[in-house]
Amino acid sequence: MMKIADYLKNSAVSNVEQAIARAKENEDFHALLSLTEERAMERAKKIDDGEISGRLRGVPFVVKDNFLAFGAPSTAASKMLENFDSPLQATAVEKLEAEGAICIGKANLDAFAHGGSTENSAFGPTKNSADKARVAGGSSGGSAVAVALDIVPFALGSDTGGSIRQPASFNGVVGVKPTYGAVSRYGVVAMASSTDTIGCFAHDAADASLVMEIMSGQDKKDMTTLPDFWSNRVDFPKKKIGIIKQFMSDGVDPEVRSIVGEYIEKARQLGYEAEEVDLPMAKYSMAIYYIVMPAEASSNLARYDGVRYGLRSSKAKTLAEVYGLSRDEGFEAENKRRIILGSFVLSSGFFDAYYLKAQKARTLLIDEFNALFEKYDMLIGPVSPTPAFRLGENIADPIRMYLADIMTVPASLAGLPALSVPAGKTDSGLPVGAQLIGNYRSDRALLEFAAEIEGVK
Amino acid sequence: MIAISTSDIHHLATLSGLTLSGDETESLRKDVEKIIEYINLLDSLDVSGAEPTYQVTDLVNVGRSDDVVAGEVSREQLLALAEESLESQIRVPKVL
Repeated sequence: MMKIADYLKNSAVSNVEQAIARAKENEDFHALLSLTEERAMERAKKIDDGEISGRLRGVPFVVKDNFLAFGAPSTAASKMLENFDSPLQATAVEKLEAEGAICIGKANLDAFAHGGSTENSAFGPTKNSADKARVAGGSSGGSAVAVALDIVPFALGSDTGGSIRQPASFNGVVGVKPTYGAVSRYGVVAMASSTDTIGCFAHDAADASLVMEIMSGQDKKDMTTLPDFWSNRVDFPKKKIGIIKQFMSDGVDPEVRSIVGEYIEKARQLGYEAEEVDLPMAKYSMAIYYIVMPAEASSNLARYDGVRYGLRSSKAKTLAEVYGLSRDEGFEAENKRRIILGSFVLSSGFFDAYYLKAQKARTLLIDEFNALFEKYDMLIGPVSPTPAFRLGENIADPIRMYLADIMTVPASLAGLPALSVPAGKTDSGLPVGAQLIGNYRSDRALLEFAAEIEGVK
Repeated sequence: MIAISTSDIHHLATLSGLTLSGDETESLRKDVEKIIEYINLLDSLDVSGAEPTYQVTDLVNVGRSDDVVAGEVSREQLLALAEESLESQIRVPKVL
C-alpha cells in the first residue's frame, strides 16, 4: 500500500507509469471508465522538468467521472454525457493540479451519482475490491475501489447522501464528506444542491487531510463556499463521544455493530468517554431525503435537454422531441425515477405536504444535532447497516437500495462533516467502516481523531 | 395511501420534459408508488412551529463584484459541444 509520501520520493513519470499499469492489471473490477494516459504523461514530464511543483508533486489520482476534467470525456457514467469533452475543469481538480498532482483516470459511478452501489452506471457496475461478487457501494464506487486496489493513493468523490462514506466503508478506505460549503462544487455535475459536497478517499487520515486542505476554501465560482475554511477550525475539547442509539439497533448487522463497538473501545483507550445518545429524528431522515433530494435533482437535471450539449436523439423531428427523446435515451431508470418523484413532490397541490414539510422536518433534525453537539464532540455509529451486498441483490427494490444510506443521510441533510474510517473486517473478510460525525467546521479535528485511532493497535 | 396511476406517471413525465417508452412506465409507476408510500412516514411527524431549512450554513446573499471578465471558455468551444450549429447559433429542429 503506497501513500502520498511514498509517491513524492519517485519521479512523476514512474508514478504515472506504475498507476496506469496497476489500473490495467485490475481492469476486471471496472473501477475506471477511462484512463487519461496521454495528458498524464505530458504533465509528468513537465513536473520532472521542474515546471510544476507543490505538495502533491507527481502524485497520481483519479476523479469520480462527474468531475469535469481534461484528458477523456466527462460522462457522469451516463449515455447523456458519453461523448462530452469538457472545455473546463472543476475547481477541485485545478487546485490539486496546481500542487503537482496528476489525474490518471476517471472513476465509475452510478449515472449522475444516483445510487448506492455503482450498478446504475450506464457502462456496467464496479466490483467490490474484497469480493468481486459484491457491489463497490456508491455512488462513488469506482473511486473507492481505485484507492483500495492501490492504483492511486487518493481519489475524488462527491457525497450528497452517503456517496463517499458508504463505498469507503464497503472497501476499507478512509472517506471524507466535509462540512457543506468546504470545497467548491464548480465543474462537478450537480445532483442535490443543498446537500452536494466534494470529498476524497485515501488510505489513511493524514493523506485525506492533505487533500482536503488543498481542495477547500472559498471559490468565486461557487457562492456556497465558506471563507477561511481550513484555518478556521472547530476542536474537540470535551473528549466525549455520543454513540447514536438508532444506528446500533437490532436492524443493523450484528457483525457491523460489534466491529464499530471495537472502534469505540479504541477511543476509550485514548481517554475519550463514549455513551449512547438519542437521535429520534434519524427515523425520519430517509423520508426527508427522498423528498428534498429528488426535488433538487430533477431541477438540476432539467438542463440536459439535448440542445446545447450532451446526447441529442437521432429520432427527434421537432424541438419537443429533442427534449423528450434525448432525455429518455440519455437517462437511466434510476435517473427517471428521481426526476418523476421530484416533479411529484414539487407539483402544485403536493408542494406543502411534501417539500415544505420535509424542509421543516429537516430543521427539527438539525436542532437535535445541535443539542447533541452541546454535550459531545462527535457522534459515532456504523456507515451502513450491512457490509457490501451482492451484485443484483437490491436492484429490483429501490427502497431496500435506498436504506443502505439510512445512516449517512442525516449528516448530509444537516450539512455536517462526516468520515468513514476502516474499523475492521467481517469473518468472511468484508471491510466495515465506522462513521464519525462532527459539528460544523470540525473536519480537521475529525481527521486528527481518526489518525490518532489509527495508531491504536 | 396514495395510488399512482399510469396517467399520473405520464403527466409527471410531461412536466419533466421526458418521453417514456411504453415498457418502463409500469415499473416506474410501481416504484414511485412504493417510494411515496415510504416518504408518507412524515405524516406521523408534527412539524408545527418549525421553520423550513433551505440552506445549512449561515452564508447570506454572497455577491460577486460587478466586473467584466474574459470567459475561460470561448464561444467556439461551446458551440462545438452542440450537435449542430450554424453561423454562431445552435441549430435545432423546427419548433412548431
